[in-house]
Amino acid sequence: MAEQVTIKEVLSEEDSQKRNKKYNDYVASVTPKHSWIVNLFWAFVIGGAICTLGQALINLYRYLGAGKEDAVLYQIITLVALSTIFTGLNLYPKLAKAAGAGTVVPITGFANSVASSAIEFQKEGQVFGIGCKIFTIAGPVILYGIFSSWIVGFLYWLYTLYFQ
Amino acid sequence: MDYLKAFVIGGLICLVVQILMDQTKLLPGRIMVILVCSGVVLSALGIYEPFSKWAGAGADVPLCGFGNSLFQGIKKAVDKNGFLGLFEGGFKSCAVGVSAALVFSYLASLVFQPKMKA
Repeated sequence: MAEQVTIKEVLSEEDSQKRNKKYNDYVASVTPKHSWIVNLFWAFVIGGAICTLGQALINLYRYLGAGKEDAVLYQIITLVALSTIFTGLNLYPKLAKAAGAGTVVPITGFANSVASSAIEFQKEGQVFGIGCKIFTIAGPVILYGIFSSWIVGFLYWLYTLYFQ
Repeated sequence: MDYLKAFVIGGLICLVVQILMDQTKLLPGRIMVILVCSGVVLSALGIYEPFSKWAGAGADVPLCGFGNSLFQGIKKAVDKNGFLGLFEGGFKSCAVGVSAALVFSYLASLVFQPKMKA
């Protein structure tokens, strides 16, 4: 491991190449080190728990009489709503700190990133604050989701033209 | 039984992505884009839909399930409307998730104040 470097030493270093090296050492020394096993464990448990909650909601809506596909959609609405509330109460970020991918991968992670940018940028106004920034994460996800499915859909369309 | 499947499958997908995040330091936004696109591709290869039927919420709740429903929506629309379906199916199939996220988030921005970073 690199020797202990303080930020003062970094700033007082004249030679820019040495300064860069010292800066990198400094960053390495202050970056918190999580054991990767612990990371994996919490990602698995929290991610699994969110999916189990989703399954419980699907079963609940099926029990209440919704069709198979509708039950999944109601489940998505519920998970998104819960995630938005948890984000607003600042609880989701706390969970995310421990769970990492466990909170990013499920649909709740998507809802969290949409909600947190909407809340964060309200000071910048309705249109250019919330209106623009709400799509900071949602925008790329929607764009590349729609575009990639359009591309493979196009191939599928060609296939249906010639083989069916 | 379906709870156990949802827990293990959903957990495993998150675990694999955690390994990816630890190795590459990719930011969550990029991870989400990668997940959705890989869901689309796996769905087009005919892998994800049977997997989702078997694994239930364990496959639907992760964002690759979102990609799966995007392609399934396009496929359905193309079967029905041909070329026009290419431009209909995607938004139709992600409408519920995206609308819910946008509507609830806007409401949240009216209710909640930004938190100060500690």
